[in-house]
Amino acid sequence: MVCETLALDVPKIYLLDGLQYNGKRREETEDGGTDVPRIDGRRRPAVSGGATRRAALFGGFCLCCLPRLGLAAESLSMDEVAPGIFIRRGPDAEATPANADGIANIGFIVGRDGVLVTESGGSLTDGQWLRAEIAKRTDKPIRFVMLTHVHPDHVFGAAAFRGDNPTFVGHAALRGALDARGAFYRQRLAEILGEDKAGEVVYPTMEVKDRAEIDLGGRVLRLTAHGSAHTSCDLSMLDTGSGLLFPADLLFVGRIPSLDGSLRGWLGEIERLKGMGAAKAVPGHGPTLVDVAPAFADLTRYLSALRDETRKAVADSVPIESAVRTVAQGEKDRWALFDTYNGRNVTQAYQELEWE
Amino acid sequence: MKRLMLALSLTLSAAALAPTHVMAGATDTDEERAARWSEIKKTIFGDRQVEARESAVTIDAPARALDAALVPIGLTLADKDNVKGLYFIIDDNPSPYAAHFTFGPAADPGEIRLRVRVNNYTNVHAVVETKDGKLLESAKFVKASGGCSAPMGMSDEEAMKGMGEMRMKFSGEPQSAKPVEATLMVRHPNFSGMQMNQVTRDYTPARYIEKLAVSHGDQLVFQLDGDISIASNPVINFAIKPDGKGPVKVAASDNQGGRWEQTFQLPSASN
Repeated sequence: MVCETLALDVPKIYLLDGLQYNGKRREETEDGGTDVPRIDGRRRPAVSGGATRRAALFGGFCLCCLPRLGLAAESLSMDEVAPGIFIRRGPDAEATPANADGIANIGFIVGRDGVLVTESGGSLTDGQWLRAEIAKRTDKPIRFVMLTHVHPDHVFGAAAFRGDNPTFVGHAALRGALDARGAFYRQRLAEILGEDKAGEVVYPTMEVKDRAEIDLGGRVLRLTAHGSAHTSCDLSMLDTGSGLLFPADLLFVGRIPSLDGSLRGWLGEIERLKGMGAAKAVPGHGPTLVDVAPAFADLTRYLSALRDETRKAVADSVPIESAVRTVAQGEKDRWALFDTYNGRNVTQAYQELEWE
Repeated sequence: MKRLMLALSLTLSAAALAPTHVMAGATDTDEERAARWSEIKKTIFGDRQVEARESAVTIDAPARALDAALVPIGLTLADKDNVKGLYFIIDDNPSPYAAHFTFGPAADPGEIRLRVRVNNYTNVHAVVETKDGKLLESAKFVKASGGCSAPMGMSDEEAMKGMGEMRMKFSGEPQSAKPVEATLMVRHPNFSGMQMNQVTRDYTPARYIEKLAVSHGDQLVFQLDGDISIASNPVINFAIKPDGKGPVKVAASDNQGGRWEQTFQLPSASN
């Protein structure tokens, strides 16, 4: 009575922030053929038949001969968004061998007594790159690494900082979320980047249930654990030194938001974040520094369209398979990767709202 | 060639879901898929002949699922007056036999929609059983993976909140001669037995809707025998011939002894 296709080590199959969890890698084309991205950006047909996934993935290229750490040159820069705060802009792309899943805005804050890493990076490779960038700028110890939520582009760089023995800071619900999805995320990441570059699941050593403060030496950071919104384990941070807000993926700018928690919850948490009074923010995706008001206005506009049009579809008995093609289409030209994520967001929203 | 061991029973227990880590589906050849389907057919239909006839039932399914744990399926039946039952099978799911509808006199079985879990790249099959005993099959390939093991994104307790609650929506102009389209929603986690409890690290035992009977007055609309491949909080779209008198009654039961009943009033005809 046992069936062959069980995959019990595969707990979550979602399309989130850069990895296609819903099927195979996104490079695979709709008609079943497999294209692999070349380093020069063109595509070539993959080897089929007995070739391993790794071989197919790299299409014969040797990544070790590529520029150091396999990261594209375009991402090898950091913006000093405020004195002592350095952020790398993540490109609006999905995870590829070339970008090493370095697609989120990651960086660090240098305080009097040490360094806080605002986001760890999307892979061991990405985290190692960030650690090297820190070392170029300061000798101070890395005291804290923020794990802002469960998504791979935000947590898989953490392993690069283990040797520094920092406090890994996360939402109280992060551990459970990592238990449920971490192994699967890692497996998918390893398929794309290779085993040695993916990184490990790192658990928080400091869990935030509601609020917490971190003092970097005359520089206090206020942490807030949010209710279910982008995910069920979103942690934001306000730097009282610079007045900058670090909402992580509670704020997407330019890149379409991905919904993996609660739509109504997210709209509520946006109000809470706006109430913190910051004028500028470092979003989880998008430019490294934005004005809070217009950025949240854009996000609210998309999420409201998603909510209102999904509600209407439910009320009009428009089935979910039609709703994914019609809801929030007015937002199409306003966001990068819209077609990759919007249908999935509608599916999430529909399930949440049909029982209202 | 992989060994083919199928758990086809509609009363699959959690114990049957021993963990194996074999991934199949994405790379199978057409021959392997055909062999699997013929084995499934034999298990469900025995020696009865199943005739390929794509025109008998059209499967509307996404070529690539947006969410493997919620794949919307539409089944349109060409000769709806000659339909006795409808089978839906997801070849590469742990328990492929996903649903069996048996239609009664109050059904208008022109179109059925449901939401399923898809665990792998797979062929899905719909088989129509005609009133004169013919079996007609149709197939479609769906790309998705992990739908059966995807956790609910909430605790088991939360997922079971309101279990058995039902809603029914009717649409279309209620005219005495025309069928009334209905959407039935049932709150039920439909635990597949493959989802890990985030706290205990154990697999939540399978708990799913086994039988769903919808009747109009004293006439059956349909009975659904379901399995773990039905997505959580099942939603079924169907149509009722509103000639019968009386309300629409839904009786649901799950494999753990849960029983629920609810009655709905059809919208009255305007004339």
